Amino acid sequence: MDLNLQELNQTEFPVPAELENNIAITSLSQLYNWGRRNSMWPMLFGLACCAIEMIATAASRFDFSRFGFEVMRATPRQADLMIVSGTVTKKMVVPIVRLYNQMPEPKYVLAMGACASGGGPFKEGYNVVSGMDKYLPVDVYVPGCPPTPQALLYGMIALQRKIDGQSIANGDDVPWYGVSSAEPTPVPVLGPDIIDPRQMDMIRRQAETAAADMPSLGVRELPAATQLVAAKVAADTTTVADATPISEDALSFVLPSGGAPWAEAEDIREKRRLRALARKALRASRRAAVAEEE
Amino acid sequence: MYGTGLAKGLLLTLRHFVDSYVDDIRYGFRKYHHSTDNFAIRQGTKTKGVITVQYPDEKVAVPERFRFVPFLIVEDEDHPTRSGKDWCTSCGICAKVCPPQCIWIVRGNDPNTGRPVPEPEAFFIDIDICMNCGFCAEYCPFDAIKMDHDYELASYDRTTHHIHDKERLSKPNSYWRSIAPTRAYEEMLVRGTWEHIDVAKEARRGAARSRPAAPPPAPQAEDAATAVASEVASPAEASAAPAPTAEGATPWTEDDAKREERRRKALERKARRAAKRGQ
Amino acid sequence: MDQPGLAPEKQLDATTVEEAIAYLRNEYADAVTLDDREGYGGVIIESKRLVEVARAIRDGLGFDYLSSATAVDYLGAGDHLEMVYHAYRTSGGGALVFKAQTDRERAEIPSLVSVWRGADFQEREAWDLMGIRFMGHPNLKRILMWEGFHGHPLRKDWREAYYEEDQKPFDNRWPGGQVYRVEERNVFGKNVTYPPDIDLGRLMDNSETAVYQSLGLGVDVERIMDKDGFETNELVVNMGPHHPSTHGVFRMVLTVDGETVTSLEPVMGYLHRNHEKIGERNTYLHNIPFTDRLDYISSMGNNHGYVLAVEQLMSLGRKYNPPTYRCEALRVMMVELSRIVNHLWAIGFWLNDIGAFFTPVLYFVQERERILDFFEAVAGSRMMCNYMRFGGLFGDLPERLKSVSNLTNDRVRDYNTMQFLTEMINERIPRTIDELERLLTQNEILIERSVGVGVLTREDAINYSAAGPLLRGSGVAYDIRRADPYSIYPELDFDVAVEDEGDMYARYRVRVSELRESVRILKQILPRLEATAGESIWADGKPGAYAPRVPHGEAYGRVENGKGELGYYVVSAGGRGGSANPWRYHVRAPSFINLTPMGIMSRGYKVADIVGILGSIDIVLGETDR
Repeated sequence: MDLNLQELNQTEFPVPAELENNIAITSLSQLYNWGRRNSMWPMLFGLACCAIEMIATAASRFDFSRFGFEVMRATPRQADLMIVSGTVTKKMVVPIVRLYNQMPEPKYVLAMGACASGGGPFKEGYNVVSGMDKYLPVDVYVPGCPPTPQALLYGMIALQRKIDGQSIANGDDVPWYGVSSAEPTPVPVLGPDIIDPRQMDMIRRQAETAAADMPSLGVRELPAATQLVAAKVAADTTTVADATPISEDALSFVLPSGGAPWAEAEDIREKRRLRALARKALRASRRAAVAEEE
Repeated sequence: MYGTGLAKGLLLTLRHFVDSYVDDIRYGFRKYHHSTDNFAIRQGTKTKGVITVQYPDEKVAVPERFRFVPFLIVEDEDHPTRSGKDWCTSCGICAKVCPPQCIWIVRGNDPNTGRPVPEPEAFFIDIDICMNCGFCAEYCPFDAIKMDHDYELASYDRTTHHIHDKERLSKPNSYWRSIAPTRAYEEMLVRGTWEHIDVAKEARRGAARSRPAAPPPAPQAEDAATAVASEVASPAEASAAPAPTAEGATPWTEDDAKREERRRKALERKARRAAKRGQ
Repeated sequence: MDQPGLAPEKQLDATTVEEAIAYLRNEYADAVTLDDREGYGGVIIESKRLVEVARAIRDGLGFDYLSSATAVDYLGAGDHLEMVYHAYRTSGGGALVFKAQTDRERAEIPSLVSVWRGADFQEREAWDLMGIRFMGHPNLKRILMWEGFHGHPLRKDWREAYYEEDQKPFDNRWPGGQVYRVEERNVFGKNVTYPPDIDLGRLMDNSETAVYQSLGLGVDVERIMDKDGFETNELVVNMGPHHPSTHGVFRMVLTVDGETVTSLEPVMGYLHRNHEKIGERNTYLHNIPFTDRLDYISSMGNNHGYVLAVEQLMSLGRKYNPPTYRCEALRVMMVELSRIVNHLWAIGFWLNDIGAFFTPVLYFVQERERILDFFEAVAGSRMMCNYMRFGGLFGDLPERLKSVSNLTNDRVRDYNTMQFLTEMINERIPRTIDELERLLTQNEILIERSVGVGVLTREDAINYSAAGPLLRGSGVAYDIRRADPYSIYPELDFDVAVEDEGDMYARYRVRVSELRESVRILKQILPRLEATAGESIWADGKPGAYAPRVPHGEAYGRVENGKGELGYYVVSAGGRGGSANPWRYHVRAPSFINLTPMGIMSRGYKVADIVGILGSIDIVLGETDR
């Protein structure tokens, strides 16, 4: 992690040969990054189980101040790094976005653990945000549930490597190295469910469709009393898979870039159904045989 | 008297401080040196100081039972008959027993006959959902899915890196035996063979058909690679052979008597199971 | 409200629970019926006369401690909502279970806050998640979700955003093989229908003023917030959900008069991750690793409570083998080790709160790491142990705590397990406790800060359903390991730690004594482990099934966890011959209920003491919000 003089002098800009070892300005980016990555102050901010491992990482056995994550600051105004350590709930994401907006640039977000990265085991929950990156730009994801202190340290080193790769000269690289500062992230609103203000147009469109009695988009129905035993069967027919396909432009808004990394298996469902029927018939015949014997 | 509490506290802090540096002197200021073999003492119950693990330069190795994200076992490349084949038979127990339901399995079909083959066509684990509970490994009847020990998985993009497909998940059998030699050995005892359970069944069936044929030579005192590779017919012979690791060293420190005892117990268990099945 | 804890007018001759039930049925023949459903127990009280009967249960029968109050939705099995109460005597013994039923459409049940103040938050939770209106509740507001949230999520017909199926395992994972993630089929990643004329401005007012106004602080917030008429004699101070001293994402709103706190209202739900809803979709086995994430400091204890509850249910069936002796001994050892971890953590962070910034806590975390190393080698994970199974354990102790080099620069350690344990229990942990006491117990700064602060009287502690060190610090010698014993605790020799003062210092003393008692228990466990070495941890020698079917019925398994009484109310219903998924899965979380008296404990003290009082209760948010 030391600043290597030779490394410092390597630059992407053409430099006259006689000046090669004297010019510092060309390495400003590296010098800047070196300073930045070795003085990252995380915010003293814990959400759930991962926060305990984060404290263990900060404690003397693993001690992340060795990497310049020196002091944890309780106020966002003095912090460079937000370690989202734990499950992000819908109720909590409002303050989190607000805290992020209060952090001065340059600022980084590290999603620690499965929950912060993608919802984790609680993903299906009604109050859980499936991934911090739905609201904030996340720089490093550390998987694990919870990540061990060493896994977190690895993630922090990965963040330092990322910072090393950023350039002041390139304003498109990161917003804060450019001329204008980034827009604050709109703070979500707690309505009937959480509402991302960036999605208002879509919500309105969907609400209109729903009003026109076309429940084509993932609509949550609140059915009246369903039968206990029938519930499982009903679930089969009303799975989201059966919802009519949604338009591409609507999807592109929420889908992470790259789309689904797997192909969908066709007609397996049908086969499974036939197999189940066959099994059922077999069982029935066996039962009949047993009954005859008796 | 006021102030004594403060003084006591400072004294205690000072003692902790000194304790931490006594180690330095004890190990001749080489406590973080690669060659010194004092890590177990420094990170054990005996140490008094507060000693930091210098993470990227020295890492706390994880114990054998450690669980992080799962991986699938495939046969080693140098296996004579099953090279590169999955241990997984796509029975689906891991997917059923997974609490957050992060495992997706697609069963494979034979392209010619259309009948299902005991090998998964696709296998996905979303490690952003996985809760590292280890149920899949615990309840897998074929010892085909195991919990990995590699925790250095941080990435910059989760959509491309955090859904592990079959290719990403597959790791050779020898890898599992190198990261958890004792557990691999115990599993072998239960299974009765170092091979996949199907191979043993196949062999038994073959032996039953061609009886009375001379038993294949017992692989005693053979080197590691051959022990793995040999198509062991009898489970008893297999368990008698020393358990090899990737390095070929004996991975445990227990004495022969204990091992013998364990083997006897495993055989008894097996016999009991067989008797039960017979009923 | 009447005065709690008054001596009953006549001492009734009903010592056992059965006698108490018989008395109730006799005395209130028209209001009390026996709950005779298969596998159920206790009585059902007609909801109109609930308060009257409850008062008789408390004063007449002496069941002065309301442990748990929760709601169950029996949709399709009677179509009613049911409140289930578990009341205990602080002198020890089993539970008197009583229930009150109500219609699903017009769900109304009289509030029991006037009888047991401990019902306060639990009834609010039942309103929030189940939609039962409690008549007479002083502050019936949502507690975990926000006001304006759509529906009551724990009702059986309520479906969430990523709803897939009613029960796990999900079909599309295997053998359905439909490989997709639900949010990919879902436009917003949420299944919500919005009204056609949706408008951000017309949403439920969730502004800060509205939040404060709704808390019932007794202060006109708008008047205080108003810039022109700004008055300083009464202020509203908000702490959290992001605050370094709130032990997580907990929030407190207090009104202060100068420096003195006049009222305090806890606000929670910022870590409400739907544990119970997910738990009802899970199979029984699936829930074990989820319990790890409740009180994530002491996951072994969480496992234990849940496993006890399900084993209670399983014992109703035919094929059930109770755990072996070795299994019980290992369970107790693990639980006591996590109690040590928990108390070290609690004391450390409490010291942080009252100003001994970070030095003590770093020492305790260092000690904790040794125990975590042991957990990691035995159970596989440092924090989320997932160690216990129904009728057994994940695995026996390994012969050696041995690591294997895998990554570059890995340093290997290798200890003999029993030797490691012996050293830890006989030397290292006692040394740590001695050091802790030397440093703190007589420290005059600590005494100045904590003696006489945050006082909770004995009567209030019982009436508010306080549990654990909070209860025992108020002079109530109630420890479930003694009062309602489980596992092998009856044969172990240990004392219940009690202090009478009820202040922060008393709670600290209780925790230190419990550390010592835990070491005492562990010392008795070691010879038991040696004596049972080689025995199986499973009664029939082989691990349990991965999808056990659990007979119908209800069970309440409770353990004395580090934070207090941790209870699991599990109902098995639906399906023939038992069920694979719990019908209701409720966690009686000590951290949640211990916050009920937070308001009265902090009234009259200084703002600077509030964080200390919160620290001395020792909460963990995973359990508070679930």
